[in-house]
Amino acid sequence: MDNPKRNSPCSEPPVSDSRREFLHTFSLAAPLLLLGLRISAVEALAAEPEGAYNARDHYYGMGIDVSKCIGCGRCADACKNENDVPREPYYFRTWIERYVIGADGETDVDSPNGGIGGFTSKTPDKEILRTFFVPKLCNQCTDPPCVQVCPVGATFATEDGVVLVDNDYCIGCRYCIQACPYGARFLDPRTKTANKCTFCYHRVTKGLLPACVEVCPTGARVFGDLKQRNSPLARFTRFNKIMTLKPHLNTKPKVFYAQLDEEVR
Amino acid sequence: MDPLQEVLRQVTGYIYPNEVELHWGLLVVVYPYLTGLVAGAFILASLVRIFDVKEVQPTYRLALLTALAYLIVAPLALLLHLGHPERSFEIFLTPNFHSAMAMFGFVYAWYLMVVLLLEIWLDYRKDMVLWAKKETGLLRWTHLLLTLGATDLSPNSLRFDRSASRFITLIGIPSAFLLHGYVGFIFGSVKANPWWSSVLIPVVFLFSAIVSGIALMLLIYFLSTLLRGKPVDMPCMDKLASFLFYALVVDFSLEMLDFIHRLYEAEESIHILSQLVFSRLFLSLIILQAFLGTVVPLILLGSVSPALRRKGILNLPEELRRLLYAGAAILIQIGIFSTRWNVVIGGQLFSKSLRGLTTYKMQLMGLEGLLTSGFLLLLPILVLLLLIHILPPWEESEQHVETPAGD
Ligand code: SF4
Ligand code: SF4
Repeated sequence: MDNPKRNSPCSEPPVSDSRREFLHTFSLAAPLLLLGLRISAVEALAAEPEGAYNARDHYYGMGIDVSKCIGCGRCADACKNENDVPREPYYFRTWIERYVIGADGETDVDSPNGGIGGFTSKTPDKEILRTFFVPKLCNQCTDPPCVQVCPVGATFATEDGVVLVDNDYCIGCRYCIQACPYGARFLDPRTKTANKCTFCYHRVTKGLLPACVEVCPTGARVFGDLKQRNSPLARFTRFNKIMTLKPHLNTKPKVFYAQLDEEVR
Repeated sequence: MDPLQEVLRQVTGYIYPNEVELHWGLLVVVYPYLTGLVAGAFILASLVRIFDVKEVQPTYRLALLTALAYLIVAPLALLLHLGHPERSFEIFLTPNFHSAMAMFGFVYAWYLMVVLLLEIWLDYRKDMVLWAKKETGLLRWTHLLLTLGATDLSPNSLRFDRSASRFITLIGIPSAFLLHGYVGFIFGSVKANPWWSSVLIPVVFLFSAIVSGIALMLLIYFLSTLLRGKPVDMPCMDKLASFLFYALVVDFSLEMLDFIHRLYEAEESIHILSQLVFSRLFLSLIILQAFLGTVVPLILLGSVSPALRRKGILNLPEELRRLLYAGAAILIQIGIFSTRWNVVIGGQLFSKSLRGLTTYKMQLMGLEGLLTSGFLLLLPILVLLLLIHILPPWEESEQHVETPAGD
C-alpha cells in the first residue's frame, strides 16, 4: 500500500455520464432558477480536460478462488488501514467467513472481527464434512439495488463499473443499506453517510491493485479489467467455473467466485 | 457491558458483520404508523362525501383536520432519523427517479398541497368569511387571512366551492391510496429482504391504514364529544363501528393470505422467518398484532355493532356499546402500531445470510429513542387541538348564509 493514511476515496467521485444526463433531463422539468447553479457546476466539471485515465476503457471486477483462501484475514485488515474504515465497533468493507459443514448437514458460519487476526481453530465436537473460508465484499453489482433506491443519487455506478457513494451528497437515510442483499454497506458513524468497498478506486484508477488483493499471500483474490482479454481476471474467468452470490436476485455481481459452495449466501 | 458485546451475545446463528447495527429504528416505525392514520382518516372523510353517508357526517371535518395534523407531523419522524437532515431537500432538487423513496417525497407534497389543504380550504371558506364578520382580534385576522381574500359568498361561488370540493375528493381517494400504498412499496420493493419483499405489502399497508384511520376517528369523535359535554351521536358511532368491522375483516384476510402464501411457497427464507416469528416477534406479532389487535376487536365489533345484525348480535345498551367500541378502537391502535413494528423492526432482526437473528435495543433518550417517538405520537394531537381552535369542525359552529338564494 502506498499511502495508508489516505482518506476515504468516496469524497471526490467522478461525475458519471448517467448522472450528467439525468441532471439535464431533470432540468427540463424543474424550476430552472433553482437548478441553474447546480447544472453549470456539473458542466464545468465535465468540461475539465481528461487526464490519462479514461473510465470508458475499463470495467472492473474481482475473482475469488475460495479454495485458495486460508482465512488469515490480512485483506480485511489491509482494507481497514487503506480506507480508514472504523475499527470499532463492527464495520467492514470486506470480511472473511468460515464455513464448517458437519456430516449431519448442519452448517456453522462465523466471522470473528471480520476475520481480522485469523481464525482460532475450535476442537470440533462432531464429524466435519467440509470446511472453507469465503472472503466477502461489495459485489459491485451490474444492476445494483443500492443505486436504484438512493433517493438523491448519492450512490452511483461509475463507467468503469464501480459503485461509489458521494459523501457530500448522501443524506444518511440508509435505504441503500437495507437494499443491499449482501450486507456490504454500513453507515460511517463519523460522517453519518453510507460507506462501502470502492475496489480501492483511488488506487485502481492509478493502475495499482486494491489493498486486499495486494496483501493476499495466496493469491486468492484476483483483480482485473473485464474489458481487457489478457487481464488476470479475464484469465480467471476463462479457466474456472464461476459462481456469483445470490444470483436469483438478479443483481449481476462482478465479484466472481471459483469453487463456491452451495451453502454460501 | 460494552454495547457491542451485549448485542453480539444476543445474536443467534450467523449475521453479516455489518448487520450488528440495526439501521431503521423506532422513528421509522412511527412514520408509517402516522401516514397510515392520515390515509385512513382521509379515506373515511371521502367515503362520507362521495357516498353521502349521512350518519357519519359529524366526523367529516374532524377527519379532515385529523388527517392534516398527522400529515404535518409524519415527515418529522423521517427527518429526525436521517444522518443529514439538512440535506433532505436534495430529494426535491435532484431526485433519483428510480428511487421509491424519492418519488414518495412528491406523492407526499402532492397530497398535502393539492388534496388536503385545498379540500379543507374549500370546505371552510364560507364559514371562515362568516366567522370573521362576527369576530374580533387575532382569530378574526387569522380567518380573514385564511380565506386568501376570497370572500365572495354569492350562491354561484358557493356552488363552485361544493363542486370543486367534490372533485378534489375524487382525486383525493386515489391519492390517499397512493400515499400509503407507496409507504408499503418502500418496504415491499426491497428484494434483498424476504420479510418485506412482497407485492401484497402495499395492499396490506393500505387496508391496515384504513382500519387505523377509522378506529382513530371513532376514538377522537367519542372523546371530543364527551369532553365538550355533548350527547354522543349513537347512529354515527354504530356506523363507524360497522365500517371498522368490515375494514378489519378485509385487512385480516389479506394478512392471512400473505401468511399462507409464504408458508405454502416455503422459499429458502421460510426457516429463518418462522424462527423470527416464534422467537423475536412472538409478543409483538402473535399476541399484540394478531390476537389483541385483530381477533379480539373482530369478535367485539362483530357481536356488538350493527355490522352483522341490525341491532347487533348481542343487543347491548348504548352506554356499554360505545365503551366497547372505544375499547376495540384502542386495541386496534395497539395492533396497528405492532404491525408497523413487526414490518420495520422485524424485517431487520434476521440476517440476510438467512442464518441468524439479532436484537433491537431500544434507547430511552436520544433522537432515535423512546422519548422522541412518544413525543411524535403526541404531537399530532396537539396540532389537532390548535387546528380545532382555528377551524372548529363541530356542526353547531357551521354558519349559514342568510340570503334566500343560499342553501
Ligand atoms: S453488493 Fe450491495 S453495495 Fe455492492 S453494489 Fe451490490 S447492492 Fe450495492
Ligand atoms: S444512505 Fe446515502 S447513499 Fe444510501 S440511499 Fe440514503 S442518501 Fe443514498
